[in-house]
Amino acid sequence: MEQLKRDYKIILSNYIHNQNESNLYTGQNFIKRLIQKNVSPEEVISIHKQALEEIIEDLPESTIHAYDFLIEVMVHFGLKLKEHQSLLMKQEELRIEMEVAARIQNTLLETTIPNPENLDIGMVSVPLRKMNGDYVHFMHDHKRYLSIAVTDVVGKGVPAALCMSMVKYGLDTLEYANSNPSYVLEALNQLIEKSVDDSMFVSMCYSRYDLETDIFTWSSAGHEPPLYYDSREKVYYDLESKELLLGILPEVKYSQHDIKLNENDFIILMTDGVTDFRKQENFDPRQYIKELALSCRHLNAQEMCENIYKKLQVLHNYELEDDFTIVIIKK
Amino acid sequence: MDVNIQFRKEGNLLIGFIEGEIDTFTAPTLREELEKIHLSTEISVELDLSKVSYIDSTGLGVFVAFYKRATKENANLKLVNLSSRLTRLFEITGLSELMDIEEGGISHASI
Repeated sequence: MEQLKRDYKIILSNYIHNQNESNLYTGQNFIKRLIQKNVSPEEVISIHKQALEEIIEDLPESTIHAYDFLIEVMVHFGLKLKEHQSLLMKQEELRIEMEVAARIQNTLLETTIPNPENLDIGMVSVPLRKMNGDYVHFMHDHKRYLSIAVTDVVGKGVPAALCMSMVKYGLDTLEYANSNPSYVLEALNQLIEKSVDDSMFVSMCYSRYDLETDIFTWSSAGHEPPLYYDSREKVYYDLESKELLLGILPEVKYSQHDIKLNENDFIILMTDGVTDFRKQENFDPRQYIKELALSCRHLNAQEMCENIYKKLQVLHNYELEDDFTIVIIKK
Repeated sequence: MDVNIQFRKEGNLLIGFIEGEIDTFTAPTLREELEKIHLSTEISVELDLSKVSYIDSTGLGVFVAFYKRATKENANLKLVNLSSRLTRLFEITGLSELMDIEEGGISHASI
């Protein structure tokens, strides 16, 4: 330290006598040594003050006080800066962890859209944040039945994602493509009710498609009602049910309903992120989606989903407020 | 947008007037306020939602948790003056079959 002080005094003295580039450059290079010796900013000011006192005799008292003041300020500045840097580091650690978690979630909840003969299926599922609170589970036994579960967990982000992993394992363990939708919801409800806190719940529309008879069987637990378009009558039906969300009461019975799909009929399954138009009070989002789907029903199911997603994004000024999931099945 | 709740006591009836939007960000405030309410068999709680313009699923969770606590403590709970869109939200989630809900309130409210 003493050597540093001596050297600094020489450099400073040279600069005071001659303010040329070379003397300034020597001073700038001195920083490397200060960093190597771990000298703090306030210590640098202290070294500067001492050197100045030695170089200039009769340095005014007020200047010395001003330096003392600056040293104190810099001590606090240094502390705050360290605190800030440590927060930034923590934030970076969290960001990395989130990325890892999101990657794990993507792998866990990866969905492959089945491609059966005679039935066209499309899907768009986009999370609002890194992790998705919506989930679509397909199961196709490559025989007669195909099942589709469209799920939305309360909340967003990490808590929703953790709950969703549980739902996925529940579906994996108890479900076969030919299970009755009402049975699947009853069993899942028991599992979820045991595992979540009082303010948590899951909404789900569970459906089964019989590829031999074209019967679509559905059950809903508090989920956004699906839309069914009957192409012969040219009308939409809202598949409404008033049955309870999953995870609220231990024993809940669910009903199930059948629809026979004919050529060019389609069904839209979605989460509430699709119909949530918070800022537009006098707007009927379901009616708008009905018209949108109708206007693009010449497209295949995947293109229809993408088209609807694009149009809704524009309406939301590209700022969706919730996880967004839409599935279309088309005969 | 924030949420706030004002209480008025009329004998054994506690009326809570909730105002604002209940979403992921404001739900914790409302949850804390509702948790402070002392519930018992003698108490009836009425939550007036006429000035609630929006509820998302996290907001719904706050009412579900409060309903569960009220049921456990044998207290009466009623949600009143819901807009038609709020009523619909409680209907499609099956909560209207479970909880005591009364429609009414301002027409421009939305879910």
